[in-house]
Amino acid sequence: MSKLDLNDVGSVQFDVLKEIGNIGAGNATTALSQMINTKVDMQVPKVELLGFQELPDIVGGAEKIVVGILVNLEGDVDGMMMFMVDKVCAHNLVDILMGKKPSNDDSDFDEISLSALQEIGNIIGGAYLNSLSSLTNLVITESIPYLSVDMAGAILSVPAIEFGKIGDKALLIQSRFLDDDMSVDGFFILIPTLESYDKIFGALGL
Amino acid sequence: MGVMIKVGMADLKVCKAPDNLTTLGLGSCVGASIYDPVTKVSGMLHCMLPDSTKIANNQNRAKFADSGLDDLIADMKKLGAEQSRLVAKIAGGAQMFAFSGNNDMLRVGDRNVEAVKAKLKALRIPIIAEDTGLNYGRTIEFYSETGNLIIKSVGKETKTI
Repeated sequence: MSKLDLNDVGSVQFDVLKEIGNIGAGNATTALSQMINTKVDMQVPKVELLGFQELPDIVGGAEKIVVGILVNLEGDVDGMMMFMVDKVCAHNLVDILMGKKPSNDDSDFDEISLSALQEIGNIIGGAYLNSLSSLTNLVITESIPYLSVDMAGAILSVPAIEFGKIGDKALLIQSRFLDDDMSVDGFFILIPTLESYDKIFGALGL
Repeated sequence: MGVMIKVGMADLKVCKAPDNLTTLGLGSCVGASIYDPVTKVSGMLHCMLPDSTKIANNQNRAKFADSGLDDLIADMKKLGAEQSRLVAKIAGGAQMFAFSGNNDMLRVGDRNVEAVKAKLKALRIPIIAEDTGLNYGRTIEFYSETGNLIIKSVGKETKTI
């Protein structure tokens, strides 16, 4: 039986997951900053345990169009990790990466933008997982990033279903990146399998 | 016009005409709309997982196709629905990310659709329309007066089934 109970917010495990989220998001911000070659500030990430009903609301409603970038995890830790930003923020990130002024564009993405977004997902996802890996000494390998642009509710159903196997709540890490011209709200969702949670806690001596 | 009652993720609701039911942004989850055409009692389930018996932590019965449909039918009967008259329309069960590989986590949309179909068959409720699978999210609205299920997706035309 797994030691994890995500419904118990007071538990040490929950604090550890929060801290992993904080460190991971910090590393991811640094990677983002290097990639776009500007100073990026990060606000302290908000880590929340949310019921499935509230999950879509925090990102602005179930029907809001967002970009979800998902990687599969293998190695010592199985599961998936997702990075999610809303459509306008994603356009702005691509603009900065391409050396353009953020345009607050809301149009559909072209091929180049989509592959730029995949690369962004790859880099910040990798940075996030690296920190988890060095913290726990566990080997984590990631797949290529998969991208989907759709309603937030639909994209979030993928991680929500995985959390649904464990309990009735999902762990969401919201990080806000800021640079001089704009802010980008991004969400990280780390979804290890139940056995992998135990490996993570075991590696940390819990 | 009645009110539009919102059904959340891992949730179920029942109502009677003129009220209507909706669930927003269905992804790999399945939205099952069930309807008694005589009394116009309808119910909607937004389930996330196929099987409550495979999962230890299963207090929320609306999370699963099997226990969720049982509870939905029970609630509908309380409002005056007759099980032998019920018909179903289902939507959702998409694969949101275009994975390759055979990771079991990824086929959950298909498995949800299969589980809902199997359970409806066991309950002898015919499925008269469906819009399932593929790779995009759906918002669905069920109208109790007409029995119409309206499906909206990003960048696609609104469908009525």
